[in-house]
Amino acid sequence: MKANPHHHVYTPVSKKRFHLGDKYQLFLMALPFLLLVFVFSYLPLYGWIYAFYDYRPALPLSQNEFVGFRWFTSLVSNEFQREEVFRVMRNTFAISTLGLLTSVLPVIFAIFLTEIKNAPFKKIVQTLTTLPNFISWVLVYSFAFMLFSVDNGFLNNLLINMNVIDQPLNVLGSDNHTWLSMTLWGVWKGLGWGAILYIAAITGIDPELYEAARVDGANRYRLMWHVTVPGIIPTFFVLLVLGIANFINSGFEQYFVFKNAINMEHIEVLDLYVYNIGIENNNFGFATAVSILKSIVSLILLFAANSMSKLVRGEGVI
Amino acid sequence: MGKNSKISMFDVCNYTIFALFTLACFFPFYYLFINTISNNDLSSRGLVMYFPKGFHLTNYIQVFKIPGLADATIVSIGRTVIGTVLTVAASGFLGYLFSKPTMWGRKFWYRFLIATMYFNAGLIPWFLIMLKLGMVNNFLAYIVPGIVSPFFIILVKTFIESTPISLQESAQIDGAGHMTIFWKIVMPLITPVLATIAIFSAIGQWNSIQDTVFLITDSKLFTLQFILYRYFQTATSLASLLQAGGGSVNLATIQTATSIRTTVSMVVVIPILLVYPFFQRYYVKGMMIGAVKG
Repeated sequence: MKANPHHHVYTPVSKKRFHLGDKYQLFLMALPFLLLVFVFSYLPLYGWIYAFYDYRPALPLSQNEFVGFRWFTSLVSNEFQREEVFRVMRNTFAISTLGLLTSVLPVIFAIFLTEIKNAPFKKIVQTLTTLPNFISWVLVYSFAFMLFSVDNGFLNNLLINMNVIDQPLNVLGSDNHTWLSMTLWGVWKGLGWGAILYIAAITGIDPELYEAARVDGANRYRLMWHVTVPGIIPTFFVLLVLGIANFINSGFEQYFVFKNAINMEHIEVLDLYVYNIGIENNNFGFATAVSILKSIVSLILLFAANSMSKLVRGEGVI
Repeated sequence: MGKNSKISMFDVCNYTIFALFTLACFFPFYYLFINTISNNDLSSRGLVMYFPKGFHLTNYIQVFKIPGLADATIVSIGRTVIGTVLTVAASGFLGYLFSKPTMWGRKFWYRFLIATMYFNAGLIPWFLIMLKLGMVNNFLAYIVPGIVSPFFIILVKTFIESTPISLQESAQIDGAGHMTIFWKIVMPLITPVLATIAIFSAIGQWNSIQDTVFLITDSKLFTLQFILYRYFQTATSLASLLQAGGGSVNLATIQTATSIRTTVSMVVVIPILLVYPFFQRYYVKGMMIGAVKG
């Protein structure tokens, strides 16, 4: 192996060159990706302009009729539209409220799972209850269909065999308890997954706290209530705040796959409504106006939730 | 004595409730599976309830003869593989770049990126811009918008910042450029994070239906998830597909609406079930890192 005579000369030079252009070089390497962010996340903000036109995508913008705030005012002035929006907001609020109420279930799940001392059983429970989180809503609907359909569903066969009912129930093709059933599907899919963070939080509780309480004569229930619960309240609070921030973002996929002509009255949440008027009915101007209002309200909720968190915990969530 | 029986009562209830909920989570998977390998006639009448009856595997062969299903499988696999590779590469590389305090305007650009987690322009403005960009009925719509993902970049950046900088520095002194440092030194260090990202990204790609619903009307670009969705919406057109699978007049193996729906469902879920045991240990770790703010 030859010794490199230039070694001593080279090192300082290349080091210097490295540092000179370094900051721009780093930026230039990130630039293509930052452009992607601009195009797919910031450029759509330019699309807000369509809310002020009677927009037809086939025509250039200049040939579309400028309507000013007509789409926004029609939300309030047009009686039909007002009722529609009221119905959609009612559905969104109902489903989101039920979602917030059930957000306590993962906490309960985690606390009671910690009380299970049989490790293999615990492992099986955790594995199988987390699994539904990783399947798509289409697949959830497939399960729902196979289990609850009218003609050959599992539930109807079971109940008819047991002589509980003599007419099959039409669970999916009915508008009874739509909000509740949507919430329950959400719980089925998300409970095991939602509990993971809390289980981790419980694992992080100092075992000495339990020891000390036990020495003081606390029984199992008192340990759960006075040690475990306070240990995971901070985690619960953060997730609750995030839940409030996402109050009107109830989502799309679940309602899109479960919707049908019968349950539309109660299943049509904001995102589904915007899809229906915009992409299905091509009323782009109005749908953009609703999209804008939703984005703004959602941002306000985020900041409100963040301030609330700062007030209570002294730390924000964003 | 009294105290002991009380505690065991608690355990009995606790174990029972968890067992029931676990069963409720698992049973649908099992129920669909036994229906795909059972006599199709019994299955379509809902008579296969707890155990397979009349075992056969023809459904898994027949189902791919349905027009469009093989194509949809290719589209789904294609978007999952390409999308995941690009997302993982971009997340790793950007995470590295943003871990460098010397980057020009780093603070601003990082905020520029992270802010996109908290706002969006709204569905319709986004759709209209995607239309203008030619992303409607374009395979790239499955890939390009997802390449840069702020959450994944936070994961990588946080992780890199927790590793010793000395390795990178010594390579820098030896004259290595950023590409070399990234490939030779940083990549091996961040493999566990990249594995977590790969799994989440792949599952997201595989399960995605929203982009197809919004942007795709060309049936050549339909994904398996979307095709499955349509099988539940259009029972009548499904019946006409059955002829395509023809040849067989055996009631036990002839395709029915139920057999097609259940078999395609299993085709969609089997990849998830296959990778699930391997990534289970990653997701908790991934979530814990994610809980740390970037």
